[in-house]
Amino acid sequence: MLKYSFKSSISATFLLICLLNAFNAKAQSTHNDAGSVTGYFQIDAQYYKADSLIGAPDVPEKMLSNAFGNINYSKGKFSAGIRYEAYNNVMQGFDSRYKGQGITNRFVRYQDQLLDITVGNIYEQFGSGLIFRTYYEPGLLFDNSLDGIRVISNPVKGLTFKGVVGKQRTFFTVGPGIVRGFDGELNINEALDTIAKNIKTKVIIGGSFMSIYQADQNPDFKLPENVGAYSGRINIIREGFNFFGEYAQKENDPSLANTSIVGGKTYYSYQKGEAIFVSSSFATKGFSFLLQAKRIDNMSFRSDRDASLQNLLVNYLPATTKQHTYLMPAYSPYATQPTGEVGGLAEMQFKLKKGSPLGGKYGMDITINYSQASSLKQINIDDSTTTSKLYRTNYSEIGSALYHDFFVEITKKFTKKFKGTFMYSNQFNNINIVQHNTPRGPYKNVLAHIEVIDLTYKYKSNSAIRVELQGMQRDNKDTLNLGSWAVGLIEWTPNSHIFVAAIDQYNYGNPVESLRLHYFYFSTGYTSGPHRIALSYGKQRAGIFCVGGVCRTVPASNGFAISITSSF
Amino acid sequence: MKKIILALLLVTAFAFTSSRGDGDKIPTSIVKKLDGSKVNTNTFSNNGKPIIISFWATWCKPCKKELDAIQENYSEWTKETGVKLIAISIDDARSAGKVVTDVKSKGWDFEVYIDENSDFKRAMNVNNVPHTFLVDSAGKIVWSHNSYTEGDEEALYENVKKLIKGEPLKH
Repeated sequence: MLKYSFKSSISATFLLICLLNAFNAKAQSTHNDAGSVTGYFQIDAQYYKADSLIGAPDVPEKMLSNAFGNINYSKGKFSAGIRYEAYNNVMQGFDSRYKGQGITNRFVRYQDQLLDITVGNIYEQFGSGLIFRTYYEPGLLFDNSLDGIRVISNPVKGLTFKGVVGKQRTFFTVGPGIVRGFDGELNINEALDTIAKNIKTKVIIGGSFMSIYQADQNPDFKLPENVGAYSGRINIIREGFNFFGEYAQKENDPSLANTSIVGGKTYYSYQKGEAIFVSSSFATKGFSFLLQAKRIDNMSFRSDRDASLQNLLVNYLPATTKQHTYLMPAYSPYATQPTGEVGGLAEMQFKLKKGSPLGGKYGMDITINYSQASSLKQINIDDSTTTSKLYRTNYSEIGSALYHDFFVEITKKFTKKFKGTFMYSNQFNNINIVQHNTPRGPYKNVLAHIEVIDLTYKYKSNSAIRVELQGMQRDNKDTLNLGSWAVGLIEWTPNSHIFVAAIDQYNYGNPVESLRLHYFYFSTGYTSGPHRIALSYGKQRAGIFCVGGVCRTVPASNGFAISITSSF
Repeated sequence: MKKIILALLLVTAFAFTSSRGDGDKIPTSIVKKLDGSKVNTNTFSNNGKPIIISFWATWCKPCKKELDAIQENYSEWTKETGVKLIAISIDDARSAGKVVTDVKSKGWDFEVYIDENSDFKRAMNVNNVPHTFLVDSAGKIVWSHNSYTEGDEEALYENVKKLIKGEPLKH
């Protein structure tokens, strides 16, 4: 592990120093144009205090920290970058395999109209990502970058080819599987430039192929060493209408994700995988309608068949449910079930005009959204002679309900100084499957009624007070799910540099009376341009933390935390 | 050992090149217009007038508050200074379909692009949204600000006016 990061750090450093010096030599003659160095730093540290009541564990190190720094260099068609990460030790809630420090990302790129070549750590996405997407989300410590080579070419206008090959990052090393892929996309209107110039309907089509190679070292089974996946997509846009559809298939790929153990016997699944994602919308000024549907069957795709959790994922299966950001509606969010699910979302947004009876002086924004997800109904094909598991599914039959969310949100400005957001959400969650992946687990299904009131009073041109009140009513006899909650938040921003906030999350409906606790949390921060420092103190509830659509579980914690971010 | 190497690298980097504050050009990345066509970010221009580049996402409440607040005065801003706002959505495949519906139903008049795999976001060193940049008449990035609190839009507009007059900008 260390060997990899050490070797790579030396090579990357040499590469960058050589590059920079080369440009420096050149820059002295042309002076002003030495290229530019930009960067980004983030340091998070927390001092932990054990609290047995809320389940915050004793941390032997007392203080834990996560830090990283990105430095990018660019000059004309050339760019290069490097990232250093340090975990001493990694903070609670993250995978403990993030241990120590090292260079985890470095690349060199040359980009021009015809050709774009990158060597090093690559972030790329084919179509909507159903068979390939590598990305980085520092807040969640998610990074599945491809360490290898990428070539992008635009031979003629409107036509783009992409090819990638490499291995994926996992913690401080790379995974065992070789990842190879190819994507082609044609924007028909751009390609037919002169003929299609005045055609209002825009059509873009694309297709991709991915293949993973991993040696079969299993003495008992003949596992496929090469696993292929393909997808096709189309995007049609005409004025306010937009239709996007993508269909993907994956060859049989027995892996940890689709293996089941029944009666002490391991059953490998030699089933093919399949995914379809459709998103269509109509939008005009002041009104929009969005409809999304998705069906996924056995689409966990990784560059290591034994990987689990968030590790070495090759593809990205988007959840088609609303992404909430208020605390209570985001309490138990939905996560895509790669083994099988069918679901959809419908959303209508409109604006009541200024001067209309309800719109008032400043107008009013209304959002109505319903989303739902169910599992697939699997009909087992019994095969007692082998240990391969096969099943049938069909499009007309669905399995058990996993999740629903109906919500209405109203945003209104009452006066020049006073505005508010009001929300109601009704959520159903099959906790056993969605959060614990155990269909016959001990948890009960949860139905929650959630209300949010968010009011902002701007008492001076750049000074404001914001108050949030939230409530969540659930079954208060369900000991595993902690019952009902109420939340109060007050935030004061005396000027654009400083904020002070206090939050109380009160678990008033906990089935166990002694656990009806207040979770107080205070935070304050200072921002100046791209630099920000924030301090916080208090109790954090165990739960799910979401950024950008990916969620991770954080344990309960109690203590003092500091966070510094800066870009230059 | 690794720390020494990193320190060496940093020193080398700083010694020989300029930093963001000195006014870098907008880096090269490909982003998508709402009609599906691709645009190179290094072609962003506004006829010699300033540009505001604002990174946002459909799920980011403060981002939408900021853009709503700017929209209220946007026609005035453009009339007085000729400034243009380019809104870069960092929504991924999950919510990229929501960008056009949000923009239209909110009635925003900005130039909107989708940075679906965060290429431009990385090139601009944006980590958390909202993150707002100011680009001068020569196409150089001269100012940036992370996060949004009430009234930040007024400070931003003050800086747009300062930029036109050639006065030093305020952070």
